[in-house]
Amino acid sequence: MSQAKTLFDKIWESHVVVNEPGSPSVLYIDLHLVHEVTSPQAFSGLRQKGLRVRRPDRTVATMDHGIPTRNLVNSDQLSVNGGQWVIQDAMAAKQLKQLETNCRDFDVPLYGMDSPNRGIVHVIGPELGLTQPGKTIVCGDSHTSTHGAFGALAFGIGTSEVEHVLATQTLLQYRPKTYRVNFAGALPPGVTAKDMILALIAKIGVGGGTGHVFEYTGTAVSQLSMEGRMTLCNMSIEGGGRAGMVAPDDTTFEYIAGREFVPKGAAWEQAIAQWRALPSDEGAAYDKEVTIGVDELEPMITYGTNPGMGMGISTAVPDPAAEADLSKRASLQKALDYMNLPPGKPLLGHPVDVVFVGSCTNSRISDLRQAAALIDGRKVAASTRMLVVPGSEEVRRQAEAEGLHHIFMAAGAEWRSAGCSMCIAMNGDQLQPGQYAVSTSNRNFEGRQGAGGRTFLASPLTAVASAVHGQVTDPRVMMSQ
Amino acid sequence: MEPFTTLTSKYMPLPYNDVDTDQIIPASYLKVTNKDGLAEGLFSRWRYQSDGSPDPEFALNKSDHAGARILLAGDNFGCGSSREHAPWALMGYGFRAVISTSFADIFRNNALKNGLLPVAVDAQTYRQLLSLVEEEPETAVTINLAAQTLTLPDGRAVSFPIDAFSKTCMLQGVDQLGYLLKQSDKVLAYEKAAGK
Repeated sequence: MSQAKTLFDKIWESHVVVNEPGSPSVLYIDLHLVHEVTSPQAFSGLRQKGLRVRRPDRTVATMDHGIPTRNLVNSDQLSVNGGQWVIQDAMAAKQLKQLETNCRDFDVPLYGMDSPNRGIVHVIGPELGLTQPGKTIVCGDSHTSTHGAFGALAFGIGTSEVEHVLATQTLLQYRPKTYRVNFAGALPPGVTAKDMILALIAKIGVGGGTGHVFEYTGTAVSQLSMEGRMTLCNMSIEGGGRAGMVAPDDTTFEYIAGREFVPKGAAWEQAIAQWRALPSDEGAAYDKEVTIGVDELEPMITYGTNPGMGMGISTAVPDPAAEADLSKRASLQKALDYMNLPPGKPLLGHPVDVVFVGSCTNSRISDLRQAAALIDGRKVAASTRMLVVPGSEEVRRQAEAEGLHHIFMAAGAEWRSAGCSMCIAMNGDQLQPGQYAVSTSNRNFEGRQGAGGRTFLASPLTAVASAVHGQVTDPRVMMSQ
Repeated sequence: MEPFTTLTSKYMPLPYNDVDTDQIIPASYLKVTNKDGLAEGLFSRWRYQSDGSPDPEFALNKSDHAGARILLAGDNFGCGSSREHAPWALMGYGFRAVISTSFADIFRNNALKNGLLPVAVDAQTYRQLLSLVEEEPETAVTINLAAQTLTLPDGRAVSFPIDAFSKTCMLQGVDQLGYLLKQSDKVLAYEKAAGK
């Protein structure tokens, strides 16, 4: 009798190269994505040991974390190229240069500064068709979980492991446990994939998924677009999960068909047939399960200093005094002190200095379309600054072809070129001390978006509504106007 | 990697849950192309005041805790990003072990690959360690990796988990890459069989 297997089981088992007792499994890696921040020391390690990149054809690099988003492409009059990059930060410039050198020396394909395909690594992987169902995908970046939206096993690794994969195309891994997250029901208007994942993390906490791989199932997931599924899987790590996955289906195949690195012709038909066998078998067992009903879900927003400190937008910030667990009470109090927020009051109406629409969580074309549709004909409040940063140059071109940039700029928002930007605040796009931001990114840790900055995580719709009113605003109110 | 066998040291308390990697080492310090200079960025958001001077209230700046080679922190230590700069910064500063009730997965992996020992203890032991160090900052504990024990000042030895493979690598101070490189024939065979 063959045992019913999960999507995770099938991918894991087909990638184990060696399984010796007393040692972790040697797992084969199909695709290794590389960026400038977590790779330099790994390449140095190869040089010191006299090693080569074993499979440059399974390795792809881009530049995203430290790259400026304010070059000369940010308005109508100017064109993309011409060596117009001005990187004022000498260390960032050196790091970007180092990646160019490393890719040249080790024959790794690089979507560099002037590549039309450059962008946030988790946006360009799917865009180029590199991300495919059934693959094992790693990157020195915790949001690698994004690629799980395609039914891949994708997870973030440290720099030592980057070196391991560069040198051997394998990783030492213990088999994680499985965690089924069932999103039941249908999303109400104004509520998005971002709200689903924030609701999950608020429920299970930032360590809730530690040691596990999430599989997101249920009608609300199968009804999501691929971009919504990427948003969902992207923040798996914020729930402590090793990875997040969605079973591939027709929505998946339609999205990837015809993309540059996807098989064509007969090979495509063959691939589809294999991918259709990937979804979890009927009756497959998971180590953990949770169900979240989405019929009544409202837009979510975070109030604290980790992504688990989130709530429905109409509810009130919790009171530390009501928390029985002493260490949780201390954490909550510390968070509210940092955020300078009173307990027991809703965030609705709280002034907002900056709105950031971007990051590997919410910078894809559908995010920008949603944001543009809501802001069209409206203005960003005079007291508020709004940045819109597309996830890739491809997204930027598409948005400009649709005229979305005109809508954003007419509303008074800044339209930038692609990069991680204010999500990680390494490139000069950052909050000033004390400022409040509504951000579509994934982390609200202390100082994440700039020293002393305070972040409310939310969906693009909530971000736009808050930008227009200059204060935290429920987007559903504007959508009915 | 420097071998880890036993360590007797006082320990520095950081009694917060969910200490994330952005606090351990903020992103502004990640622009390095080597592993140098990260120690000065360790906990910099908490360690320095807005004018750049050390915050005397933060544990790292208290002379009581100077020289501590063990960090004691709350639940889910190291959550957040995959930056290996976090263990590099901790080790650069002089820490060789972190005691907590639990660790985030990627941090744990990264720490083990650098000779920084994650020691997971139960909540009661954690609270005991915290009250001991709050009373007497010079309180020392002993970690014995071979025996997988943490010995408290009262002589009580608490065992902690570590996988056999990482344990061997840490005891001997060997890089895990060596093991992977030895598998290259099997990797070739796998690639051939799987058409990769």
